[in-house]
Order: sequence, then C-alpha cells, then structure tokens
Amino acid sequence: MTELRHRGTTENDLLYQQSEDKGSENEGKAEKDGVSDSETKPDTGLLEVPVPADDTPEVLNKALSGLSSRWKNWWVRGILTLAMISFFFIIIYLGPMVLMLIVLCVQIKCFQEIIHIGYSVYHSYHLPWFRTLSWYFLLCVNYFFYGETVTDYFFNLVQREEPLRILSKYHRLISFALYLTGFCMFVLSLLKKHYRLQFYMFGWTHVTLLIVVTQSHLIIHNLFEGMIWFIVPISCVICNDIMAYMFGFFFGRTPLIKLSPKKTWEGFIGGFFSTVVFGILLSYVMAGYSFFVCPVEFNSDHNSFEVDCVPSDLFQLQDYALPASLESFTGRPTVRLYPFQIHSISLSAFASLMGPFGGFFASGFKRAFKIKDFANTIPGHGGIMDRFDCQYLMATFVNVYIASFIRGPNPAKVVQQLLALRLDQQLNIFNSLKSHLTERGLLVEAA
Amino acid sequence: MTELRMRGKGADPDSVSENGDNKEADGGDRLGLPGEAGGEGDGDSESKADTPEVPPSTADNTPHFLNKAVEGLNPRWKNWWIRGVLSLAMISGFFMIIYLGPIMLILVVMTIQIKCFQEIIDIGYRVYHSYELPWFRTLSWYFLICVNYFFYGETLAEYFGALVQREDSLQFLVRYHRFISFAFYLAGFCMFVLSLVKKHYRLQFYMFAWTHVTLLIVVTQSHLVIQNLFEGMIWFIVPISIVICNDIMAYLFGFFFGRTPLIKLSPKKTWEGFIGGFFGTLVFGFILAYLLAQFQYFVCPVEYNSETNRFTAECEPSDIFVMHQYTLPSTVQDILTWKTVNLYPYQIHSVALSTFGSLIGPFGGFFASGFKRAFKIKDFADTIPGHGGIMDRFDCQYLMATFTHVYIASFIRGPNPSKVLQQLLVLQPKQQLSVFFTMRDRLRDRGILPPAATDPM
Repeated sequence: MTELRHRGTTENDLLYQQSEDKGSENEGKAEKDGVSDSETKPDTGLLEVPVPADDTPEVLNKALSGLSSRWKNWWVRGILTLAMISFFFIIIYLGPMVLMLIVLCVQIKCFQEIIHIGYSVYHSYHLPWFRTLSWYFLLCVNYFFYGETVTDYFFNLVQREEPLRILSKYHRLISFALYLTGFCMFVLSLLKKHYRLQFYMFGWTHVTLLIVVTQSHLIIHNLFEGMIWFIVPISCVICNDIMAYMFGFFFGRTPLIKLSPKKTWEGFIGGFFSTVVFGILLSYVMAGYSFFVCPVEFNSDHNSFEVDCVPSDLFQLQDYALPASLESFTGRPTVRLYPFQIHSISLSAFASLMGPFGGFFASGFKRAFKIKDFANTIPGHGGIMDRFDCQYLMATFVNVYIASFIRGPNPAKVVQQLLALRLDQQLNIFNSLKSHLTERGLLVEAA
Repeated sequence: MTELRMRGKGADPDSVSENGDNKEADGGDRLGLPGEAGGEGDGDSESKADTPEVPPSTADNTPHFLNKAVEGLNPRWKNWWIRGVLSLAMISGFFMIIYLGPIMLILVVMTIQIKCFQEIIDIGYRVYHSYELPWFRTLSWYFLICVNYFFYGETLAEYFGALVQREDSLQFLVRYHRFISFAFYLAGFCMFVLSLVKKHYRLQFYMFAWTHVTLLIVVTQSHLVIQNLFEGMIWFIVPISIVICNDIMAYLFGFFFGRTPLIKLSPKKTWEGFIGGFFGTLVFGFILAYLLAQFQYFVCPVEYNSETNRFTAECEPSDIFVMHQYTLPSTVQDILTWKTVNLYPYQIHSVALSTFGSLIGPFGGFFASGFKRAFKIKDFADTIPGHGGIMDRFDCQYLMATFTHVYIASFIRGPNPSKVLQQLLVLQPKQQLSVFFTMRDRLRDRGILPPAATDPM
C-alpha cells in the first residue's frame, strides 16, 4: 500500500506533490549528467496528472459538500475503505469460485495499469502492435498457469472429458507454442526506427507478467489450501497498513526511510505489534469454521466447489504449557490455542516487516517515473496496484511457507504421477513403498 | 547465432547506416536514455553519449600465432580463415567435453551461463552509465547466485535423491529449500529497496528489471539444458548440433546461392539460405541421430551412482532407441524399391527437433540482432576472436533448449520415478497407506501383482 498522504483538494495536492518532487529533484536538475534533465522536461506536463477528487461519485460529493476540504478528503478515503472491506466480506461469503474470478479481475487491472504507465513513459501509443502483444502475452501466461491449476485440482473432471484430457496432456507444449507465436510476432514487428522502444516494452511486459501474474496464481494456490490461507494474509497486510497509519498519525515522530517521508518508526513498530495481535485473534475466530479451514475441492458429481472435511491437526485446539514467567503473570498453567495461531504470528511478522518493503518499492517506482498514483480507479486511493502492492510479497511468502512447513505434496497428484509411469517403474515404487511402510510398522505382513 | 557478416569490411558501412537508422528511434525514447539530453538530430553525439560504439576490432583479440600464420593472405580471406579456425576449435572443444562426461558438461554449461549473464549485464551498464552505482554489480551477481542456488537445489534434490537421504544437513536444506531460496531472494530485494538513491531511481529500476529479464532468459534456459542432459546426453548433443549445423548450412547455401533477402532486420540472410539450411539440417539430424542412438553412453539417462560416487549412463535403452521396422508408404516404395526401412524411432523425433531448429531458431537470432541494433552494439562482447561474445554463439540455442525440454515432457517421458518416490516418502503416513492400497488395486487390475486370493496381503 502506498504512503498514506493526506490528499487534500486537487490543486493543493497537486502543488504539494510537485513542490515535494521538485524539492527532491532539485539536486537532480542541477546535474549536467542529464539523468533528471531529460526526465523532468517532457514528463512534467504529461504525467503529473492524477486529480483524485474528480473521480469521486456525485453522491459522495454532495453528502460531503458541507465539510472542510481536509476532512472531506479524509471522509472520502474512509468511506471507500469501508466499502472495499465490505466488498471483501461479501466475496468471501460468495465462495471460492467468485474469489478466483475476483483475483483474475484484479490481476488484469493491475497488469493494465502497469503497462499503461510503460506506454506513457515511452510514448509507445503509436506502435499499434504493442497493446496487442502485451495482452496476448498476458493471455498466454494465464493460460499456462490456469491450465496447470486446473489439471492439478480438477483431475477427475479433466480425465472424463476427451478434449480436456488432450489439452491437459500436451499442456506445456501448447502453452509454449502459443508463447512462441507471440515471440515470433514480436520479432516480425520490429520497426527500423523503434527497436529500442520495442525492446523496452517487451522487457517491461515480461517483468510485469513475472510480478503480477505469477503472484496472483500463488494467491489462488493458497486459496485452494483453505480460504483461511487467503483471508488471514490479506487481512494482516490491510491491518498493518491501517494500524501503521493510525500509530503514525497519533504518535509519529521519527522518519523511517527517505523514500517515503511520511512513514515513521512509531507507526512501523506499533503496526507490527497490533498486527500480530490482530492475526492471533482473527485466526482464533476463523479456525473454528470448516468453511474456512478445509481445502477447496471440486466435487465432480455436483460440479461445484465444496469445503467439507475433517479439519487437520493445525485447526484443532491444543493445550500449550505457558513458560513460567507468563504463568505467574496470567495465573494460568496452560492455554488453549489452535496451532494455526502460532503460524499466524509468522504471517503477521512477515506482513509487518517485509510488506512495507513492497510499498517502498512501489513508492520508488512511482517517484522514478514521476507519477502520483498508478491510476485513478478508486477515488481517494488511486489505482488497484496502489492497494495491492504490499500483497504480492505476502502471497509468495504464504505459498512458500505452506510448501515448506505445512503440507506435503498433494496425494492425488502423486497418484496421478504414479499412474503415468511405466509399469515396471510402478512396481519398483510399489515395492519400495511397501518396504518403507513395513519398516515403519504401518503395514503388517500377514504372512 | 548472429548474422554472418563479413567482418573485415563490415565495420564502417554498418555503423554509419545504423546511426542513420536509429536517429529517430532515440529521439522517441529520449526519456529512457539519460545520455541523450540534447541529442535528437545528431547521430554521432548520440552514439558517443550512450553506447560506446566499440568496433569489434577482431584482429586485436586474435592470438599472435594466428595472426602470423595468416599474415600473408588477402585481408578478406584472412578474416574468413580466423573465423574458420575458431569454429573448428570450438567444435573440437565440444567433442572433448562430450568425451569427458556429464560432470564436465554441467560445469561448462554453468560457465557459459555466467559469461552470458555478465555480457548482457555489461551492456546494460554501458547503456545506462550505471558504473558509478556500486551496489549494482553486487546486486546483479547476488541475484544470479540466488536463482542458480534455487535451480541447482531443485535439480540436485531430484537426481541425487539417495545421496541426499544419507546426509542430514543436506536433508534439511532440501526440505526447506524453497523457503531458504525465497529468503535469499528477499534479502536481495530489500537491499535493492534500501539502496535506492534519490537522483537515480529510474536508472536503478531499469537495472533491476534488466537483471531480472536476463536471469529469466539466461539462467532458466541453462537449467533446462541441464535437465535435458540428464535425460540422456543425446538430448543435449543433437539439439545443439542441429542449431550449429543450421547456422553453417544456411551460411553456405546463402553464400553460394543467396539472392532474395529474408528479413529487413538481418539483411544478409536470404531465403535460399533459410530453405537450404532447413533441408540440410533435416538430413544431418537424421544421420546424427542414427549414429548416436547406438551407444548407451549417449542414450541412457544420466544417473548418480551413490556407491561409486560417479555419474553413470548405463541402462536398457528405451524403446525409442531400439531399431524398428517401418513400412514405407507405397509411393516411396515405388521410388526406392524397398518395402520396409529400419529406423530408430528417435530419428523421427529428430526430424521434429531439426524442423524447430531451422524454422524457429533463426528467430532467436533475429531477436538478438534486433537487440544489438537497438542498443547499437556490434557484438555482445569480444570474447571469441572472429565471432564476438559467447552470447553471439548461443543466442539461437535458447529457444531450442526450451523446446527440447517441453518436447521431452510432452512426448517422451513421464514423471521421474525417483522424484515421485521422494514425494511419496514425504507424505503423511495415512496418505502413504491410502496411496499404497490404491496402487495395489491398480497393479492387481493390470495383472502385475498376483490377485488377492493368493497374495497374503
């Protein structure tokens, strides 16, 4: 999430931003090296654009017309925040399918915002192939990832339908062929005077795909583990943002990093502790419901997603003996916790410590390209990327965390791979497994 | 591979035409290049400002004895001879490495990967004048090490399963491999964010992106090459030879018969060279596959023998390396008066590989040519006299490596058995039992296992 500046009125804000940028870039302008010279001149007119208040819907404007302009903006932000959070609850209620669609939409919007910035920076609008090629690459990469996901999780459905089975068997080849077509189109579209621009846009598209698309698929993988693995990380990041803002607002004194002058150490540390507490409480509330903790499975009989299972050990209350110091403090010898709550501490810690780096990265990016927000999609907040910049690192971390500490490989997937092997290899593995299980005493030799 | 220009004469006319061509391009992206603040119309100042137009000056790098040996000849032929000698040297080097075995091959692939990475990053530094930002070199190399650690770790875990199971410290590293790699990467990411310097944001983001795209291209594909190698050295040798052969054949056909230009991007390529190269490569691939498919050393998957601590390539050759009889279609029968022909199935696969190498491989070359024109460099570097840098030799290979890997995954092999076993052993005991019973039933259905009545289990 971006630094939470007071947005104020349009003109004040714009001037403030320009003066802030000019102040920080003054030294840059004086340089002969030309790093900033060539940047500031053409940029100033073009990209100092965003005028957030214009996007605010009429209804909100009217409702707030009486208030002072500073508070008006604060209210707009507040209302939109509440709107987004309610929207979040609604889609959770609607279930996994809707969540996946929403993730897909957010991904497409983020991609569009970043590519749009690339076009503005490089004045690439007049190269008609680029938009086509960028969207084509987005489609290819999405096809590849969704195909892998579908094959993993919808195994039974895929095996039944003949065309799906072929698509799934040769999935990598088809995806690669699609990508290659795009690559060849790129090479054929190289125009004599625009080589460098075209290579820049190609690189820009690929880096954007790497960041946006891979991580949105990691989010969906997390989702399939159980909706709690989707909700808790996102909520921790949002909470950290809000808490850091509150603590910074009330107690902020020492600046945190030159890159984002409004962040403070007090906000950072206060946000850290409150996010940890929030995470523990939220996990406690959620771990009680199988809707949240069960892996999402596709029921091929009903053709719908269901979440129904015996919750794993992670989500069963257990007794933990408190260390002696805490015992005397709280007067209780043991405490009942879900093991998941302990995992939530690591998730919250990551969200509070590393999440802000994602925000700094996005701030640096915006300063580098002299834009205020990624786009104007959300009144008072900027673009979708502005809201989601901290989430990306979080999604990858959760995925890696789950793979390392929580689950092993998916048994259905292992069976699938086994059945694809040659028969003699299957027999070998069967015998190895048998001896392994017998050694462990799990299998009893009857004779 | 790059367009095979006559380098002796080519330096001057090419650089002048490139300057003229790219004037307007750079005018358009003035924003992107810090060195061009004033220069829109002046080609010379542009080229001096952003990219040092280092003429390849091949003769400077040529070793002394070669220079002496070709002293007497006409300068045009001299250059041709140097190129020829170096080509032969590289091909012999290739044969030697193959003889030395898989470990050497892996080391050589790794060295080439590092050199390619260095060459591309150097270009990035020159384009962006990033030399004065000291963190970049460190960060770029650090990211290279991280990504290599991630990939090599995954490979080792798969193929050295037995060795890994023995050592406890290795087991720890393998089990938490992704987490450790991610932590390393994050540390680099945080260092990048902390290293952002006020006046240099854009430069730094450019170098960050440049590094990542380079890693994506160079490192991932070098690992695909190594994975292909583990399938059997033939899957490494045949694709690479096909690309090299296509290059040489296309050059020869173009040299003798070339008339119609192929693509504006590389004016020296011709349709005659392209088509001649295609057919020449098909035949070459077919013959090479026939020759190599007979030796176990080439066709067997490379395995690590934990007792002798060495790599071995010994096995029962799979079906595709066993001679089969194919009946020819009747039309061909009339021409050749043979009813059947004995072929290895692998030779048919080699036709697919050759087709790809001849048709799509050149696109990799065009991409590299476009890249060099875009950044106004003649070669990626001067490592090999007469040929340019390592990237110049390997640019067509990358797409080939990925294609071979995808081809193998789709048509040849199933999953790797040891990897599947490893995954099985990581499962929960309950899950292992259920997999066991499922497998037992399936194997019984197929008749591999004796049925339940006689089997006491």
